[in-house]
Amino acid sequence: MNTEIYLTIILIIMIILALTAIHAKDLLSAVIAQGGIGYGLVICFLLLKAPDLAIVQIVAETITIIIMVAVLHDSTRFEMRCPTCRRDIINLTSALILGATLLYFFVDAISVLPPFGEHTLRMSANYVYDAIEKTGATNLVKGVLWDFRALDTLGEAAVLFTTAMGVLAILRLKGRVKNN
Amino acid sequence: MKGMSVIVKKVAQLLSAMIFVFGMYIAIHGHIMPGGGFTGGVLLASSFIVLVLAQGLEYFKLKQQRERTSLVESLSVLLILLLGFSGLFAGSMVFFGNYLPKGQPGELLSAGNIPIYSILIGIKVAATLFTIFLALTIYKEEVST
Repeated sequence: MNTEIYLTIILIIMIILALTAIHAKDLLSAVIAQGGIGYGLVICFLLLKAPDLAIVQIVAETITIIIMVAVLHDSTRFEMRCPTCRRDIINLTSALILGATLLYFFVDAISVLPPFGEHTLRMSANYVYDAIEKTGATNLVKGVLWDFRALDTLGEAAVLFTTAMGVLAILRLKGRVKNN
Repeated sequence: MKGMSVIVKKVAQLLSAMIFVFGMYIAIHGHIMPGGGFTGGVLLASSFIVLVLAQGLEYFKLKQQRERTSLVESLSVLLILLLGFSGLFAGSMVFFGNYLPKGQPGELLSAGNIPIYSILIGIKVAATLFTIFLALTIYKEEVST
């Protein structure tokens, strides 16, 4: 019960920070607010007993903030606004309609979900109870990642590999010149 | 990229070794505690990145060796694939089979192939992030000159 109260407080802070990030005049404060959202997510993961995700999230969030601050350092700190934007009414109505639709389906769908805190679904129960015997790993996350679902993890490694290749290909300034 | 002041350089030297050891610890103990290959790899990469940011690009003569990180990355992916294929010929004969002895759960040498995968993915993630970082810095260097 305590966890839910803490989670609610953190989620409210995260929503306030998100609104700040959208409406900030200074882009640096927007970046800082966005970092606050990420660190709030870290605390949420810790409260929900997922330290693996929390570690990854804290490292990824720090790197993201560093990269965004570096980008701001090289460009301007202030947003360029178009002076003659008169689409506020259309934007507001479309946002309201979209929000109402999503809320309707969300309320419909939330009655099907299992109650908060009951994690044992039909499929994952097998993983949770047999993992130590079958893989020998005490960290069940690694047992699932590298034994039951190793092919998925290979896909993740391939994504990282492709990212590095893409960055190298895009940023290569001097192309390979053929010798005549 | 120029280096920073003496204080930053000294602190980076002292810290980067500790970050490196912590990253290795996280990557090697991936199967018995939270963490694992990806997190350990990011920590390993950040220890190098801190050093390069503090000392500047020229200090390590990294422009001449930029192919090496790419080579390490490709080699670790190749090793992961080979280890996965070796599962086809041993144990339960499945791709990515876990055929090494399981051992006592909770000890360092346990869980069959999982620690090896953890270490390899740690090396791979570290090499990938460092390659991307080097590509970005060297690109900026080449544009500004």
